[in-house]
This record gives sequence, C-alpha cells and structure tokens, in this order.
Amino acid sequence: MDFDPITLSRLQFAFTVSFHIIFPAFTIGLAAWLATLEGLSLATGRPVFRRLFDFWLKVFAVAFGLGVVSGLVMAFQFGTNWSELSTQAGPIQGPLLAYESFTAFLLEATFFGVLLFGRERVPRWAYFVSTLMVALGTTFSAFWIMANNTWMQVPVGYELVDGRFAPHDWAEILLDPVLWVRFPHMLLGAYLTTAFCVAATGAWYLLRNRHAAEARVMLRMGLGIAAVLTPVQIGYGHSNGEYTAEHQPGKFTTIEGRWQTEQPARLVLIAWPDSANERNAFEIALPFLGSLVAQGNLSSEEPGIVTVPTDERPPFLIPFYAFRIMVGLGLMMLVISWSGLWLMLQGRLHPPAASAKATTFGSGDPRQTEASVSNLPRWFLWSTFLAWPSGFVAVLTGWLTAEVGRQPWVIHGLMRTANAVTPSLSSGAALTSLLAYLLVYTLIFSAGTLYLHRLLREGPGDERPDPSSTETGNERTPRRELAPGRPLAVGGPDPGLGSQHPAPERSSDDLSPGTYGGTA
Amino acid sequence: MIEQLPFSLPLFWAGVLAFSILVYVLLDGFDLGIGILFGLNRNEAHRQQMMGSIAPVWDGNETWLIIVGTVLFGAFPMVYAIFLSAFYLPVALLLVALILRGVAFEFRYKDHRHRWLWDLGFIAGSVVAAFVQGAAIGAMVAGIAVEDGRFAGGPFDWVAPFPILCGIGLVLGYSLLGAGWLVLKTTGRLRDWAYRLLPRLMWGVIAFVAAALLLTLIDNFRVVDRWLAQPWLLGFPLLASAAAWGLFRGAEARRDWQPWLMASVLFVTAFAMLAGSFWPWILPYHLTFDEAAAPEASLSFLFYGVGLVVLPVILVYTGVVYWIFRGKVSPETSYH
Repeated sequence: MDFDPITLSRLQFAFTVSFHIIFPAFTIGLAAWLATLEGLSLATGRPVFRRLFDFWLKVFAVAFGLGVVSGLVMAFQFGTNWSELSTQAGPIQGPLLAYESFTAFLLEATFFGVLLFGRERVPRWAYFVSTLMVALGTTFSAFWIMANNTWMQVPVGYELVDGRFAPHDWAEILLDPVLWVRFPHMLLGAYLTTAFCVAATGAWYLLRNRHAAEARVMLRMGLGIAAVLTPVQIGYGHSNGEYTAEHQPGKFTTIEGRWQTEQPARLVLIAWPDSANERNAFEIALPFLGSLVAQGNLSSEEPGIVTVPTDERPPFLIPFYAFRIMVGLGLMMLVISWSGLWLMLQGRLHPPAASAKATTFGSGDPRQTEASVSNLPRWFLWSTFLAWPSGFVAVLTGWLTAEVGRQPWVIHGLMRTANAVTPSLSSGAALTSLLAYLLVYTLIFSAGTLYLHRLLREGPGDERPDPSSTETGNERTPRRELAPGRPLAVGGPDPGLGSQHPAPERSSDDLSPGTYGGTA
Repeated sequence: MIEQLPFSLPLFWAGVLAFSILVYVLLDGFDLGIGILFGLNRNEAHRQQMMGSIAPVWDGNETWLIIVGTVLFGAFPMVYAIFLSAFYLPVALLLVALILRGVAFEFRYKDHRHRWLWDLGFIAGSVVAAFVQGAAIGAMVAGIAVEDGRFAGGPFDWVAPFPILCGIGLVLGYSLLGAGWLVLKTTGRLRDWAYRLLPRLMWGVIAFVAAALLLTLIDNFRVVDRWLAQPWLLGFPLLASAAAWGLFRGAEARRDWQPWLMASVLFVTAFAMLAGSFWPWILPYHLTFDEAAAPEASLSFLFYGVGLVVLPVILVYTGVVYWIFRGKVSPETSYH
C-alpha cells in the first residue's frame, strides 16, 4: 500500500465515517425511543416511563455529543480531501447536505438543549414536542445523507455541464426508488441497533436482579420492536440486493462471490478468492440457490465477476465477508427477538405468582429473588445481553459492503475515487490530519465508552425494582449512593417525597423538582 | 418563476451565506469566548456557572458553522472546494479543537479524576478554534493562490504575519463577546470578574485593530484602494468606535445587557466592513459570487425549500429556545 494522498484520504474517510456512523446509528433510534417514553409517560402517568426517560436521556446526551462532534468532520472533509468531487458534484451533493444541516442539524441541536435543560422551564406538552423535534431531526438527517449517498451509488437526474454534474431533475433524485429502499434500510438498521441495546440493558439488569420494573419495560419494548422490525428489515435488505444486481454488477457479483457466469447459479457461502485466475481458491457453495436468491427460480443464468472489466471491479474480501456478517447478524436478531416474543407471550417476563409472594417477606437468598424478578430462562437473558453490539456491527458491515463494493467509483460509473482527491493535497498534510483524527477519536471514544458503560451499570435513578422487594434490592446493590436507612427512597434529588409514598406505582416522583440539568 | 424574483439567486445565497457567517460569529463567538475565559478562572463554582451559561445553546450555535459549510458547498461549490483545500491543516486543527471542546460539556461532569484533561481540551479547543478562524479570514484577505479554479499553494501559506495577527485578534474579540455574555447571564463575584475583564479586552481589541490597519497600509493590500474609492465604507469604523465607547460606558455603569450588545454591534460593523471591502468578490480577486455560484437548478431547489420555508422556521424556534433560557444562570442550578 502506497501512502499517497489518495490512500491516506481514503483511510481517513473510512475511519472518520465509520467512527461517526456508530453514534447516529444509536441516536436515531434513541431519539425515537425517548419520544416514545415521554409520550407514554404523558399518556399513562406511570413513573416507570419517566425514570426510563431520564435514564436513557443521559445515555443519549453522551452518544449524541459524540455524534455531533464526529459529524462536524464529515461536513468539511468533502472539501478538504475530495475537492475535485466537491467542485464537480457540488451542485447536486451540496444542496442535499445543505438541506440536511438546515432541516436536521439545527432542529436536533436546538431542541436537544431543551431536552437537557428545559424540563422545568417549559410545559409538559412542549417538552414532549421537543422530544419529537429531536427525533424528527435525526430522521431528516438520515434521509438527506441517504439521498446524497444514493445519488453517488446510482446517479440519476443529472446532466453534464462543462465537466460538472448539474441537477437536471430533483424529483428524480429525491424520489429515486433506490433511495426509498436504502433510506428505510438505514432507518430500520438504526432502530434495531437501539432496540437491541435497550433489550440487552433490560436483560443485563434482570441477570443482576436489579431495576426489575424498568428492565421488564426495556425487554418488552426492545424485543417487541425488534420482533416486528427485523423481518421488515430483512425484506428491505433483499430489495437492496435487487437494486445492486440491477445497477452495480461489480458489487453484486462480488458479494455473491461468483466469478464465472453460471446457469443455474450456485449460492457461495464461504470463499477465498484467487483473483489472478478469476476463480475461488476455496469455496463452499449450494447448488441452484444463487438463482433462487436472485430471480426466485431454480434455473436463471446469473452473471459472474468476469462480466465486469478488470479495472472496474471492487476488492473482494471486504464486501464479500462484511455482507455475510451483516446477514448473519440479521438472522440472529430474528431468532432472538422471536424467541423473546414467544417467551413473553407465555407470560414469562413476570415472576410466577408463588415466588412473587415469597419475596414479599424479603428473602435474602439471591437465587430466590432472581426468580422473583422474572421467569425468563438465563440462556435467553444472556443471549439478549450479549447481542447488544449486533446492531452496530450490522450497520458498519452493511456500510462497508455498500461503500467498498462500489469501488473504484466515487460516483458510480462516472467518477473514479482516484480522480476525486484534492490535487494540492500533500502526503504529509494528509498523514498529519489522519494521525490527529486517530489520536483524538481514540481518546474520546475510549472515554465515551467508559462513561456510557458507567451510566448503564448504574442504571435508572430509582432503585425500586418492586414495591414489595425493595429491601432485598438495596442489599444487593451496595454501589448505589442511596442511604441504607431509606430503603424506599426515590433516587436522587427528592427522597423526602418518595418515602412518604412507598408502594404505589403512581408515586409523586414525577413531581420531583431537582431534574434541571437532566444529565446529572 | 425565477424571473419574477426581484433579486438574482446567487445574490440571495450570497446574502444567506453572509447572514449565516454573521450568526455563527455572534453566537458561537460568545461561547468560544467563554471557553477562552474558562482558562483564566480557576474557581470551580465559577467554571460551572460559565459552562452552565452556554450549555443549553452551544450545540445549536456551533451548528451554524456546519450551515456555513454546507451553504458554501450547495450554493458556491467551487469556493467550498478551494477554501477547504487551501486551509487543509487549519481546518483539521479547527475540527480537532471543536471536538475536544464539544465533548468537554459532558465529559468533565462524568469523570472527576480526569476533569483537568477535559477542561484543558475545552480551553485549548476554544482558543485554537478562535485563532484558526481569525487566521483563515486574514489569509483570505491577504489572498490565496488559485489557478484554474483550484487551490495552487502549499499547506503552510496561511502562516504569515497578517493571518496570525488576525487569529490573535479573533481570540480577543471572542473573549470580549464571552465576557459580555457572562455579565449578562451571571451574578455575584463571577459577574464582577467579567466586568473587570471587559475594558482590558476592549483595549486589546482596539490594539489589534490598530495593528491590523497598520499592516494593511504597509502591505498596501488592494483593499485600501477600495476604501479610498468608496469612502462611505468608513462609516462602519465610526459606528464601531461608537460601540466601543458604549461598551466602556456600559461596563462602567454596570448595565448588564450593554457590554454584550455593544460587542455584538462591534462584530456586525466589522463584518459589514469586511464584506463591503470585498464585494462582489467571494474569494477575493479570484471569484465573484456570481462566477462561483452553482447552476440555477441547485440554487432554486435550495431557495424554495430552505430559503422560503426552513430558514424562517429556524429563526423562530431559535428565538423561542433563547427565550426559554432567558435570564440569569443561578449558581444553584448549574449544569449537572
């Protein structure tokens, strides 16, 4: 690998965009999740939703901050490193990104301030509207980014004027059917990422026998949403494959791992390429299924990589394997969420009546208390907990498939990545910025992950898993900063009010005044 | 449809660009300024108040920088490409600075043991961000090498006396805005401290302007010819002098709203002077805003959505949110 400005710029873009996408993938879903919680809290008045909201808002604040600062880099990198692309495709890409910053970024950022600091300053409906605005902002952002990226993947609605791409028909660009399968695919990916994080957090707390009331809501909603969305997402994934087959034969045949045109085509599961001889050095393949996946029959002819000129082929390994990881994770999400749905429909989220009664008297035996929290099998809780990164990895590998798979093009079929780089850029400057981003991102990523882990470990502010079993709950969680003498205290700012109303769900903690500065 | 507009679309977008830069400078100016002043105040209670005074709004303020960037990209893609490649290293430095500064708002409250690290990032990030912005403007004024619609210079072209002076000037200027904001938003000893800083910072800014003028006259930048040809431009410095006087008076009489307002007027006049001195150049002496504009199809697409609908909505909700957070930051309800 030569460390020329092109390679360095590609490395830098790949690194900064991969780092960045982790956070939007999380916060797009989290914003929707927060709006849902606030809406439920408003509609039902149940304090558990408010506690969950306050808790996830803290997580959102850290993740959103990291998304904002890493997104800043993306907005300028097109100009610093890819000035030829910016000059030539700016008339189309620029307005799309401008729409993003006007419709999305300001909306998010402004109402995010209200979420963090405005609880005591605005009426409840206005606070709820603010959560909706943040969610709307993140969704808009995803739309414009997908519009921009889709135009680079499958350019439409343009004309060439003086060697530059001028918009010819914006409706064609914005209503492009390819965009309308890719945008939902990204949005659902983000929702699933969050759903699995939420469900995994719930599973984690149940495994540790803490925050049972909150954990049940998180498991129920997280897995419920995932159970509904995963099949839809798999459907959209299939549609993505269809557009790829139609518009990007290089990417499609590489993902399929098929060098020669075959009829009927096999489905290659695992392969190691032998690019020089245009075949796989090693492969495991199933007969007929390649045709089935592509055309829905067992006899169609499917093209191989050889149909694409050699200088227009993407690298093999990254798209091929990234795609398989993504698909594998999607199937795993399906299994976990449907198992969860099955278990929950059997009523196993709640403890059996007998053990719930037993803990009323405050049993000190941990195994018994565990049984009191839920009746879900431990293997299931463990798998759900361990599945927390699945969404992140699926989103990242999905993007790797899409972006590496379209190489060597930056605008598919029209402009090569190698011709897009800034002509005046020196290797020294490119290396300097790359190292600077590596250093700073490593620092803030390590710190951010550590703080997120702390927040999640601490859990929702109110340690009150069940009105009847709080004493056991407190004994088992010495880390909490609650005074042991006040076993029923509402966490944080307002212990007095809470202790006067120990048992009922509808306690007065919604009235507690100390939440200004939400992310305390 | 376009023909019926009383102005050309490139003119409209040049206006939006100028407006966005001004909003950015005024809004992020005071919160970068507070980041700079943060380094001069070691009192933890004061620091929390300082951060609390900008915590609800800083993110929105900084977003105007992205607005500026994407308006350039959308409406004047050539300028976006030339400007960002000319300032490759300063832009990277600016972004790193803004990253370190941005995470400090959350991180310093999450990790007491490493608070010094995030505070350092907050201070250094603010200073560097202000300096780089000033230096970039200075380098633009001094002129950048462009050939064939592409940047044709080296990565260190911007390292010259005039840009560096402008960098220092903007650090001082943002500090002035920040001190004005502190006086407006805080009470007690912190406000007293900010009141004491105000006249010193004002003198610093005056010294910078004098030095910049001197350098401009020595180098005889083309801009001096413009001033001589259009003497009405000199009205802006007069207005600025009045604002400076108003700032001194306000600080002396302790009228909390006055120093910030006067500092903002100062920035508006400085910006108007800058824009007036170069109009209609968008990249001085290489590209006018008309030449640099994207095709009409790009500009009208932006105009009917962003220009007519989204921008007014933004101004309304930004105003509403500032109104929600109006008034003093009380020491008790500090951030976190």
